[in-house]
Amino acid sequence: MIGGAARLSRNDRLLGAAGGFAALVVLVGFGAIVFDLFQTGTASLSIPFLVGKVENGGRAGGIGPVLISTGMILLVCLAVALPLGTGCAIWLSEFASKIRFARAITAGIDLLASVPSIVFGLFGMVFFCRTLGLGFSITSGGLTLACMILPIVIRTTLIGLSGAPSNLRPGAAALGLSRVSTIRHLLLPVAIPGVVVGTTLGISRALAETAALIFTSGYATRWPEGFDDSGRAISVHIYDLAMNVPGGAANAAASALVLLLALLFINYLATLLADRWLLKRIAPTSE
Amino acid sequence: MSPSVNDRVAGAALGIAAWLCGGISLLILIWVGVEAIPALNNDPGISSLLGDAHWLPGSVREPQFGMLPILAGSVLVTIFSIIPATVAGVGCAVFQRFYAPKWMRTFLRRVLELLAGIPSVVIGFWGLVVLVPILQKWQPPGQSLAAAAIVLAIMILPTVALTASTALKNVSPGLFRAAAALGMGRARTILGVALPTARRGIAGGVILAAARAIGETMAVVMVCGNVAQWPGSIFDPIRPATATIALEMSYATAGHRSVLFALAFFLVLVVGAAVGWIAFRKPSTPHRR
Amino acid sequence: MSSLLKLHPVSAVFGAFLCLNQSCTDSSAVEKITVTGSSTLAPLVADMAGLFEAKNPGIRIDVQAGGSSRGILDASSSLADIGMTSRNLKAGENGLTSHRIALDGIALIVHSQNPVSDLSHDQVISIFTGKTEFWNEGNDRKIVVVNKAEGRGTLEVFLKHFELDSADIDADLIVGENQQAIKTVSGNPLAIGYVSIGAAEYEAANGTPIRLLAVDGVTATSKTVAEGTYPISRPLLLVTKGHAVPAGLTGRFVEFCQSTAVHELIGSHLYVPVRE
Repeated sequence: MIGGAARLSRNDRLLGAAGGFAALVVLVGFGAIVFDLFQTGTASLSIPFLVGKVENGGRAGGIGPVLISTGMILLVCLAVALPLGTGCAIWLSEFASKIRFARAITAGIDLLASVPSIVFGLFGMVFFCRTLGLGFSITSGGLTLACMILPIVIRTTLIGLSGAPSNLRPGAAALGLSRVSTIRHLLLPVAIPGVVVGTTLGISRALAETAALIFTSGYATRWPEGFDDSGRAISVHIYDLAMNVPGGAANAAASALVLLLALLFINYLATLLADRWLLKRIAPTSE
Repeated sequence: MSPSVNDRVAGAALGIAAWLCGGISLLILIWVGVEAIPALNNDPGISSLLGDAHWLPGSVREPQFGMLPILAGSVLVTIFSIIPATVAGVGCAVFQRFYAPKWMRTFLRRVLELLAGIPSVVIGFWGLVVLVPILQKWQPPGQSLAAAAIVLAIMILPTVALTASTALKNVSPGLFRAAAALGMGRARTILGVALPTARRGIAGGVILAAARAIGETMAVVMVCGNVAQWPGSIFDPIRPATATIALEMSYATAGHRSVLFALAFFLVLVVGAAVGWIAFRKPSTPHRR
Repeated sequence: MSSLLKLHPVSAVFGAFLCLNQSCTDSSAVEKITVTGSSTLAPLVADMAGLFEAKNPGIRIDVQAGGSSRGILDASSSLADIGMTSRNLKAGENGLTSHRIALDGIALIVHSQNPVSDLSHDQVISIFTGKTEFWNEGNDRKIVVVNKAEGRGTLEVFLKHFELDSADIDADLIVGENQQAIKTVSGNPLAIGYVSIGAAEYEAANGTPIRLLAVDGVTATSKTVAEGTYPISRPLLLVTKGHAVPAGLTGRFVEFCQSTAVHELIGSHLYVPVRE
C-alpha cells in the first residue's frame, strides 16, 4: 500500500519493529489475563451453568437469570444511545450552523465522556431510580449506561463522518440532492464503520461496567419478568463473586469467560453487518 | 437555496438529540452539585475540604476531610497511565494498519475489542493476585501508584488503539500516493503524513481514554493501596477520588455522604477544566497546502 | 411507606408501557418487600429470600446490596422494608428494631510464611497504631498494616473492640471487601489484616497462604465464635422501623430468617447461626 515494499529502509523496519513490539505487549498482557481466567474458570463452564439459576450466593448453580438481565439492560441502553448518539453526531457534523452551539454541545459531550462511571451510578440512582421513579430496575440501569456510552458513540461516529471526502457535500448539493438523502445515501455509508466501532466499544464498556450498575439495576438474581424488575448484570455478578463470596472465584472466572465469548460474538456480528451494509449501499449493481 | 421541509424536520430532530446529549452532563453536574452543597457550605465547609491535612472522615475524635491528596491521586494515576497507553496504543494501531499482514490485522482488532470488554473487576483482580505480588518483591508494599498505572494502561489501551486505527484508516489514499510520488519511505510517510493527518482522531481517542482512566473505579481500588497521601515515589500507595467514593459511599452517613458528593463534584470539575481547555483551545492549523 | 406511594403514579405509567411488550404478570397480586444494606449480608439474605419465595408463592423479596449504613438509612426512611447491617446500631440511629440472624467473628490474618501465630490484645493495638513497626528483633521485616476503609462493618467492630479511633490507626494499605484483604495478605508475607472469620477459615482450608491468629490465646474459629469465647465478634442484623416486630410479610420474613430452617444456609455462607 504505501512505500515501495522492495525498499524498506532501516527507519521503516525500526518503526515496524516498534509497532510490532507494542502489539506484542498487548497480546502478552491480554494472554496473561485470559490464561488466568481459563485456568480458574474452565472447569465450571457448561450448558447447565449458562441456563441454570444462581444458587448459594453464586458459588453453585449457573448464571441464566444474570445473562437475561444483562441482555435486557443492554437492549435498553442501545435503544436509547444509538439513535440519540448518531443523531447528535450527524447534527454536529452536518447541521450545526452556529459554531458556538456546536462547541457548547461538543464541550458538554466531552465533559460527559469524562464523568467517572461511579458518578454515573450516583446520578442514575438519584435521577432515574428516585426522581423518575423507576426504582432499582433494568430500565434504570440501561438508561444510566446509555448516558455513559453516548460520548463514545458520538465521537466515533464523528470520526467516521470526518472521513467523508470534503467535496462530497457540495457535489451532492450541486446535483440537487436534499440534505436528508445526502446523509442517508452518501454520508451514513461512510460513517457506518465509525458507528460500528462506537457500538462495539460502547457495548464492551457497558458490559464491563460495574460501578454504575450496582446503584441502578441492582443485585437481584431471580429471573427478570420485565424491564421494571431489578436484575443483576454479569459484571456486578463477577464483582460480587470475586469480592464478596469466599469460594466464588471459579464461577467468577467462568462468568468472565462467558462475557468474553459473548463480546467476541457481538463484535464479529457487528463487523459482518457493517460489511454487508457497506456493500449494499456503495455497490448495489455489482452483485 | 432553501432547505426542504424534510431537511428542516430532520435538522430539528437531530438538533434536539444533540442538545439532549450535551445537556446530560449539565444535569449530572447539577444533581451532584446539589448533593454536595451541605459539605461545601458548612459541614465541614470548603476550607476544611481543601485545607485539612488528612482524610479521616470516620474519626470520632477529630474528623478531617482533606481531599487535595485524593484529587492529586486521580490526576497522577491518569498521567502515569495515559503516557504508556498512548505510546503503545498508537504503536499498535500503526503496526496494525501499515505493517501487519491481513489476518493479523483482524486478529489484533478482535483482541483489542475483547480487551476493552474485560470487566474492570477482572483486570483489577488479576492485578491484585499477579501483578502486585511481583511488585511487592521488588518495591514493597506492591499496591502503589505504579501498579494502578499499569493496570489502567492495560484497560485504556484498546480505546487509544481502536480510535487511532479508525483515524488512520480515514487518511485519504491520495495523500499516500502523493507521499509515494515524492519518494517518501514508509516510516516517513507514517510519521510525516499519516499520523499528523489523523491527529485529531487520535487525540479524541486519547481524551476518551484519559477520561476512562480518571474515572475507573473497580480495578484501581484493588491495586492502588488506597492510602490518602501525597506519594513520595511511584511505588507508594495512593488513593484516587473514584476509589474513595467506591470504598466509602455505601457506608457513609449523611455528612460524610455529602463530602463524597463534593469530591465527585470537584473531580468532574477538574476533568471538565482539562477537557474544556483542550476543546476550546484554538485548533492549530494542520499542514494543509 | 409514604415515599413508595409517591413514586407509584410514574412507575405505573411506565410499567403499563412496558407491559405492552411482555407477558406482564398482574403486579397487584404480588406482595413485595425490599431489603437493602450490608454487602456482607446480601448474598446470605438473597438466598434466604429465594428459599422463602419458594415456600410462599406469590410473594417477592428484592435484596439490594449497598452497605450497612445505607441499610439503616433506607429502613428508617422507609425506602426499604428491612435493612441489613453487619454492625450494631450506633448512638444516633434511633427508631429501629434490630433482629439478630447470625454471628460473625473477625479474625486477624497474616501470610502463612509469617511465624507469628498468637498476638495479645495489646500487641494488636501496638501494631495497628504503628508503635510496633517490625515483625522481628533485627528490625528488617517491616510490618505492613492492612486496614479496612472508613465505615466498613469490620472496621467499626475492630475499632470498638480495641477501643481505638480511626485516626489512631497507622495503615500502610487500605482495602474494602473481605476477599481483597485476604488476597492482599496472601500476596504479602509482611502484611497483617483482619477479615470475617468464616471467609478466612474457608480460604485457609482451601490452600490460600494465610493464617488466622489466635487473640490472647483463643484460637479464631467459627466454633469459638459460636461458643462465645472468641473475643472479636459481631452480630449480623436485620433492622426494621418502629419498636415492635413488624406485622405482615415483613415480620414473617424476619421470623423466617431467625428460624432453624435457615441454619444450614447460614453455615454454607460461612457464618455462625445463633443458637438460643
